Amino acid sequence: MSALRILVPVKRVIDYAILMQRVRHIQVKPRVNKAMTGVETAGVKHSMNPFDELSVEESVRIREKKRAPGGVEDICAISAGPAKAQDILRTAMAMGADRGIHVEMKDGEEMEPLTVAKMLKAAAEKQGSNLVILGKQSIDDDSAQTGQMLAGLLGWPQATQASKVEFGEGDSVMVTKEVDGGVETVRAKLPMVVTTDLRLNEPRYASLPNIMKAKKKKIEKTSLADFGLQNDTRLKVLKVTEPPSRQGGGKVEDVDGLVSKLKELGAL
Amino acid sequence: MFPAVRRAAARHGANVIGAAPGLAFRAFARSRLLSTLAVLEQRDGKLSAGSLGAFTAAKKLGGTVHGFIAGGNVSAAAQEAAKVEGVEKIISVDNEAYEKGLPENYAPLLVENIKKGGYTHVIGGHTAFGKNVMPRVAALLDSQQISDITSIENESTFVRPIYAGNAIATVESSDAIKIITIRGTAFAADTPASGSATVEAGVDPKAEPISEWVSEDLAKSDRPDLATASRVVSGGRALKSKEDFDKLMLPLADALGAAVGASRAAVDSGYADNSLQVGQTGKVVAPELYMAVGISGAIQHLAGMKDSKVIAAINKDADAPIFQVADVGLVGDLFEKVPELTEKVKSA
Repeated sequence: MSALRILVPVKRVIDYAILMQRVRHIQVKPRVNKAMTGVETAGVKHSMNPFDELSVEESVRIREKKRAPGGVEDICAISAGPAKAQDILRTAMAMGADRGIHVEMKDGEEMEPLTVAKMLKAAAEKQGSNLVILGKQSIDDDSAQTGQMLAGLLGWPQATQASKVEFGEGDSVMVTKEVDGGVETVRAKLPMVVTTDLRLNEPRYASLPNIMKAKKKKIEKTSLADFGLQNDTRLKVLKVTEPPSRQGGGKVEDVDGLVSKLKELGAL
Repeated sequence: MFPAVRRAAARHGANVIGAAPGLAFRAFARSRLLSTLAVLEQRDGKLSAGSLGAFTAAKKLGGTVHGFIAGGNVSAAAQEAAKVEGVEKIISVDNEAYEKGLPENYAPLLVENIKKGGYTHVIGGHTAFGKNVMPRVAALLDSQQISDITSIENESTFVRPIYAGNAIATVESSDAIKIITIRGTAFAADTPASGSATVEAGVDPKAEPISEWVSEDLAKSDRPDLATASRVVSGGRALKSKEDFDKLMLPLADALGAAVGASRAAVDSGYADNSLQVGQTGKVVAPELYMAVGISGAIQHLAGMKDSKVIAAINKDADAPIFQVADVGLVGDLFEKVPELTEKVKSA
C-alpha cells in the first residue's frame, strides 16, 4: 500500500456557524453591504470553514490511529486568500498538519469553485498527493462543488459527504457517505478525493504547545500564476440582497389557541 | 397550447422553413439557441417524482426541453417521464452500470449526451445525487456550475441563497453550457399527464468504472418524504431522549399526516436519524406547515425551513429565536402541550 500524501484544502470564512454551535443564543448574522455587492466582511470574525476542520481532523486521525496500512507520509494544508489566510493554515498545522501552502490573493478577491479545483489539481500533482480531503461545502458560498470538480479534473474517484473512511489492502478505500434518506458505502482505490460531512469526527482544539510548534512549521507562499492559472470568473454577481424578512405572528395562550390560529391560517 | 405549438414547430422546423419563413425561423433558431436537458433521478427503475422539478425549471427557461434518465431497467420510468407536457424527448440509457449513479461513470455518460445534444442548459436537483454528479460534469465541460438556485431571471441569470440563506445573490453566467442544480422546494415537480415525448436511446460511452457501490442503509418510513411533505413536525434537543422523541413526535406527525424532521442537536444526541436533519447542512424544506417542537431556532436550522408557508413553534423559552419567525407560537412544556395538541388535532 502506498504511503498517504494527504492534501487538505482549507478556507477562511466568516465565523458564524462556530459561534452558533458553541455559544447558544449568540448568533452573528451576515449582513449585506450597502452597495449590495456582497456580505459585509470588515471587522467580522473569521475562522476555518467548519467542514475543513473535519478534513484536517480526519487526516491527523488517520495518522495517529495508524488507519492506513501504508502509513501517512505527509499532511499538507493549502489555502488561497489574503495574508490572513495564513492564520487558518497555522490552525491546521496546530491541529497536526505538517506544512502549509498559501496561495496569495488580494484582499477581497474571490475565486470560483472551478478555478479553485484547477488550482488544487495543479497543487495535488506538484505535491504528489494521493488523497485530497475537502469539506463538503463552505458555509459562505454554499456551492458544494470544489471536491467533485477536482475529482473530475484529475480523473480520480470521489466520495462525497463522508461519515466514515476506512483503508484496506491494495490501496483500497471504503467510504460511508451521507445521502438522502440514509447512508451509502462505496469503495475505490487511491488516488482519491473525499469530502467531509459533519458526522465524520469531532475536530480537536489546538493545544497551546501545538500552537507554538505550528509557528515553526513551514508555509510555502505561492500564487495562482505559479500554477499557470488566472482568476477568471464565469459568474458575475449582479446583486446581493437581504432575504425577505419574516415577522413572527405572536404567541397564543394554550393549545386551543394554537389549533384555532392554525385553522385561521389555513394550515389545519 | 404554446408548448404544443413549439414542439410541433421544432420537430418539423426543417420542413416548414420554406412555407413560413418568419415563424419557422424563430422557432428553429430558438430551439437551437436554447435547449435544456433535465437530469432525472430513479431508483430500482422507479422515477423519483421530486426530480421532475427539473422540467418545471427547464420550461421556465423556454426553448426545447429534453429529459435524461439512466440505470439498470429504466424504460418504464422513461415512458412515465415522457408523459410530462411540453417535453420533446427523453434520452434513456439502459445499463446496470449507471444504476447507482456513481459519478465516475455517470458524469462522462452525461457529458457525452450533453455534447451530442448540443444543450445550452443542463438542470439537475440539488439532491445527494445532483450534488455528487453535477459538479463533476461541470468540471469536465469547463463550466462554473450554479448551485441550488431558487429562481430563474432569464436564460443566463439566476438567483441563489448564500450564507445559509442569510443573503440572496443574483448571478449571471457567461458559460456556453450552463450547469444548474435547483432547490426542490422552489420548483414544484411537474407531473406526468398527456405529454407524448419520444423516448430515444442515448449514447453510452461505457466508461470503465473506477469506483464500486458496496451497500446502502436507508431509513424506512411509511410517513411522507421529508423533502416533499406538505406538513412537517420537527423535534429538537428539548425532547431529551430518543424514546421521548418517538413517543411524542410520531403520534403528532401521524395525526397531522406529516413527515418528521429534527434539528441538528436532536440528531447529534441520537434522538433521530441523520437523514431527518433540517438545516443548512441537512434537508431544506418548505411545507405548508412546519411545526418546530423544542427547537430554539439557530440560523443553521432556520436556513432549512424559513420558506415554509406557516411556521408554528412550541418552546418553553419565551425568548427562543424561533418565535421571531413563527407565525404562531406557544410557550410551554412540550411534554404536556404536544400530547394535548395530538389529541385535539385528532378530534378536530
